[in-house]
Amino acid sequence: MDWKRAFMVTGAIGAPFIALLAFGMTRDPRQIPSPLPGKAAPTWTHEVFAPGADPAQQRTVGDTVRLADLKGKVVVVNFWASWCLACRDEHADLSEAAQQLASRGVKVFGMLYNDQPANGVRWIADMGGQSYPSLTDPGARTAIDYGLYGVPETFVIDQTGKVAHKFIGPVTATALIAKVDSVLKAGGAGGADSAAKTAVPAKGAP
Amino acid sequence: MRRLRLAVMAVLALSVSTTAPRAFAQGQTVTGAVETSPGGTTNVPIPGADTVLDRRVRDVSQRLRCPVCQGESIQESPAELAAQMKGVVREQLAAGKSEQDVLNYFLAKYGDWILLEPRAEGINLLVYWIPVIFMLIGGVVLFMTVKKWIKPRPVAGAADDVAPDAAAPAGAELNHV
Repeated sequence: MDWKRAFMVTGAIGAPFIALLAFGMTRDPRQIPSPLPGKAAPTWTHEVFAPGADPAQQRTVGDTVRLADLKGKVVVVNFWASWCLACRDEHADLSEAAQQLASRGVKVFGMLYNDQPANGVRWIADMGGQSYPSLTDPGARTAIDYGLYGVPETFVIDQTGKVAHKFIGPVTATALIAKVDSVLKAGGAGGADSAAKTAVPAKGAP
Repeated sequence: MRRLRLAVMAVLALSVSTTAPRAFAQGQTVTGAVETSPGGTTNVPIPGADTVLDRRVRDVSQRLRCPVCQGESIQESPAELAAQMKGVVREQLAAGKSEQDVLNYFLAKYGDWILLEPRAEGINLLVYWIPVIFMLIGGVVLFMTVKKWIKPRPVAGAADDVAPDAAAPAGAELNHV
């Protein structure tokens, strides 16, 4: 009798605690949810150090790119470094995705994280080129602004300048294109007209 | 019952006494902020000198978790990103932002995770209260066990001591201990 009650009491106290710990075991402590998706993407102004091979993505070395000027377009920002091994895994996919997305007006940029531009240029050459341009981020200020934990991390910014999605770790072309397409479709309902309106003068200006 | 109330009060007093120094420290740093904001604009570091700005940078940096090392604050972490984050802390404090403003900046970028010490609200309260609850449960279990151990063997005549109303024998036992 007493034993039965003891078991029941122990169970009643212990079960929720064990359930809590068990739930904790299902979570990866290194995967941290970002508060950024859904919020306005932090703005940046950076210099191009690698031009990119695709004519639609290409920017001249030394040019300044401002995120604010790209309003109305879907922008993909990929943080990377030449010392980052996982960046090698995604490189071909990212380069191919940028080429495919160029026809949809999507702009893809690499953002060098804690690395020398010279190393970045050498790395791109070693990897057989890159379709999209890469920018410098001195002092990793933009990386911190985007809540970066490591490289590679890839952000999809929608037509209204909001962060639509964050990829942690290497992306695949299929996953990135699918995500960008869904953002394009979602923005197409209300954002397409305004995008067309804002995009034309922005394009004509430089 | 009175004992339980006392125990709860003791726990509350303890939790207040542990949080009070922190509140005091915060008050101190706030007054520090007023002192430094005019001097904080001079960004030239004096070698070996620990300025008020240095202290404020350290205060904030000790509360932020390094995203690379994850178990360390950006104050202790040797990672490059941690050093850069400390640079951001310094810049923002020197620009006249308060400690809380700087923490809020990092919270907006990295979420609650960036704080080494979780905020005592919502589900985080579990972190603060589970140990206390388990201590209380443990205390009750210990009390009951010890009570059982030291329970006197039934001796003839012992029953005479018990109050005759005997409506609450448990209470009567408690009076004995």
